[in-house]
Amino acid sequence: MNPPRTGVPGNGQDAGREFALTHLDALESEAVHIFREVAGEFERPVILFSGGKDSIVMLHLALKAFTPAAVPFALLHVDTGHNFPEVLDHRDRAVARHGLRMHVALVQDYIDRGVLKERPDGLRNPLQTVPLTDTIRELRFDAVFGGGRRDEEKARAKERVFSLRDEFSQWDPRRQRPELWNLYNGRHAPGEHVRVFPLSNWTELDVWQYIRRESVELPEIYYSHEREVFLRNGMWLTAGGWGGPAEGETVQKRRVRYRTVGDMSCTGAVDSDADTPDKVVAEIAVSRLTERGATRADDKMSEAAMEDRKREGYF
Amino acid sequence: MTTATDPAAPPSPAGGPATTLLRFATAGSVDDGKSTLVGRLLHDSKSVLTDQLEAVERASQVRGQQAPDLALLTDGLRAEREQGITIDVAYRYFATARRRFILADTPGHVQYTRNMVTGASTAELAVVLVDARNGVLEQTRRHAAIAALLRVPHVVLAVNKMDLTGYEEPVFTAIAEEFGAYARRLGVPRVTAIPISALVGDNVVEPSAHMHWYHGPTVLEHLETVAVCHDPVPGPARLPVQYVIRPRTAEHPDYRGYAGQIASGSFRVGDEVTVLPSGRTSRINGIDLLGEPVPAAWAPQSVTLLLADGLDVSRGDLIAPTAHAPATSQDVTATVCHVADRPLTVGQRVLLKHGTRTVKAVVRDIPSRLTLDDLSAHPAPGRLVANDIGRVSIRTAEPLPLDSYGASRRTGSFILLDPHDGATLTACMTGPTGVDTRQPTLDRG
Repeated sequence: MNPPRTGVPGNGQDAGREFALTHLDALESEAVHIFREVAGEFERPVILFSGGKDSIVMLHLALKAFTPAAVPFALLHVDTGHNFPEVLDHRDRAVARHGLRMHVALVQDYIDRGVLKERPDGLRNPLQTVPLTDTIRELRFDAVFGGGRRDEEKARAKERVFSLRDEFSQWDPRRQRPELWNLYNGRHAPGEHVRVFPLSNWTELDVWQYIRRESVELPEIYYSHEREVFLRNGMWLTAGGWGGPAEGETVQKRRVRYRTVGDMSCTGAVDSDADTPDKVVAEIAVSRLTERGATRADDKMSEAAMEDRKREGYF
Repeated sequence: MTTATDPAAPPSPAGGPATTLLRFATAGSVDDGKSTLVGRLLHDSKSVLTDQLEAVERASQVRGQQAPDLALLTDGLRAEREQGITIDVAYRYFATARRRFILADTPGHVQYTRNMVTGASTAELAVVLVDARNGVLEQTRRHAAIAALLRVPHVVLAVNKMDLTGYEEPVFTAIAEEFGAYARRLGVPRVTAIPISALVGDNVVEPSAHMHWYHGPTVLEHLETVAVCHDPVPGPARLPVQYVIRPRTAEHPDYRGYAGQIASGSFRVGDEVTVLPSGRTSRINGIDLLGEPVPAAWAPQSVTLLLADGLDVSRGDLIAPTAHAPATSQDVTATVCHVADRPLTVGQRVLLKHGTRTVKAVVRDIPSRLTLDDLSAHPAPGRLVANDIGRVSIRTAEPLPLDSYGASRRTGSFILLDPHDGATLTACMTGPTGVDTRQPTLDRG
């Protein structure tokens, strides 16, 4: 946890390159600044925590931002009911280890109560929006941290670090506040809230380089392992009670790992032998596919799939 | 704000080659080929991945276009793709072996001037694009003026579409000279002019085979090697206090740390410091860099300062060296860019956010509005509307420790907010403009 820092300050005489931060130090410093701004300006912030790598890195940064005090935010997980057991296990251990409070909103509850209907394609990621926005309203969260990165998707490339949402949690890309210098504007009316993205300027490779540098622990599905999978729409999906394989789809054992972690019904594995952070960094550095292009079905539905979901309140 | 300096920086903690971060912004008029340039930079630096390219090819086919439209890589919103224009700033990320880049891709339309201000506020370099056939236009001057006002340390003039002017040196030289003269009047320290063809790929990533008379760097080469000179360290140290860290645990019963991101300069353990606006003084007992004690820290590190005395310090205060503390004042004059659709008027009550402090304020006077194309100042306009640049005098309810923007982009800048709905109204830069507005007309040679 004590990474060496580049450079030491001189006497101001030859100040220059020895003061330059590496890109990881610069990104870390910026993310910590964002966490502290929210802690200083908001009443009820919460961190969206899925147990995926971005939210784990987000939590790691929050822990560093307030050390030696505790993180002054609770966690919120929207559980699709189709999560990987390894990820839920990791989530619960992280919460226990750091003495955090966590709220869980269950998509399954909404389906059981008849509020949400299972989609014909079985995808549950799009169903997360209603439980998410309901919980934000009921628990009166006024700042909601998300691990979204601008490099993930072209609609996300347009996102501000502080993104105002109306009382219906809607994002209006044409009415975004200009974001100037590092003077983030967190003002909002009662009922509105602000989505905050401390990893906005990070790329997938940055996240992995940071995981490697800081020895951040991840659910094991991020590293190469043998798994029973079947092919659907060009993606290797994990067999399981959520609804696969269907007739005509055959299960086979492959060495795979996951680049993103979401609902099992739409998150695909990639063939990989990378079983350490070093090997993952090397693998991503030469990959010719984006993280989402390789492994997410929900973004392939239309050219504006992400923009449309974000308008409705998706993170 | 991050520093990026020499690419030959020390090795990174990970053991791989160290990379620094360069934030830059692009600006260009509609149809100057800005999207093509950005697309070409991403594409030729191999930052566009197969699935993104396939998505662009599919979308281009649907639209009946014959070749993949690289602009679709960057236009992320429905409305942008429908209209074929860029509405809002988009951020792009790419890397070479030498540097990581954050590109703020800003729209060229006059009505989106505020978006260029957004992109330029954090940029260390701005690329201003012109069409070699048209030369320096009003919009080019506007982009140069914004880069100058925001004190973006480096400006690159990319003279595009050289393929359509026969790759002729005199065409390029004339444009570079005219732009250079204008930029000098604006106080831009340095302009690097590069003749390019974004469409063909001349001098973007690969050197051109068509312009043997040009011996300078390609656009990417320049981005990779430019030494960013706005090094924050020589400036006086400033720490806007964001948050007070008090664990009150058995392990840390008395810990009381002042957390914030160093805005400029550097702090060392033992430094005598003054807390503003109270003016009380103390000494730095310790500096924690995210949990790790360090003897010194510098901008833009996020740190926690521990002081020798139990002063009353809270969010919004500024910690500065006693020997170089800024003066505080309730009256401030600033150069501003109005970014909201509702106007800013004399007498208007606003909120002012400076560093981590938000105070009530009133607009006392709007002495002038700047016409960017000829840099003339129009006296007493009474109000500023969206995208206007002007001078504004403000009276604040509490004294603020403001530096001049010329000395510090961080502690010399502030924003005005609407107290009713919190909307961001105006981007403000304290002190003189640096732009000579006394001459009403531009010397066009």
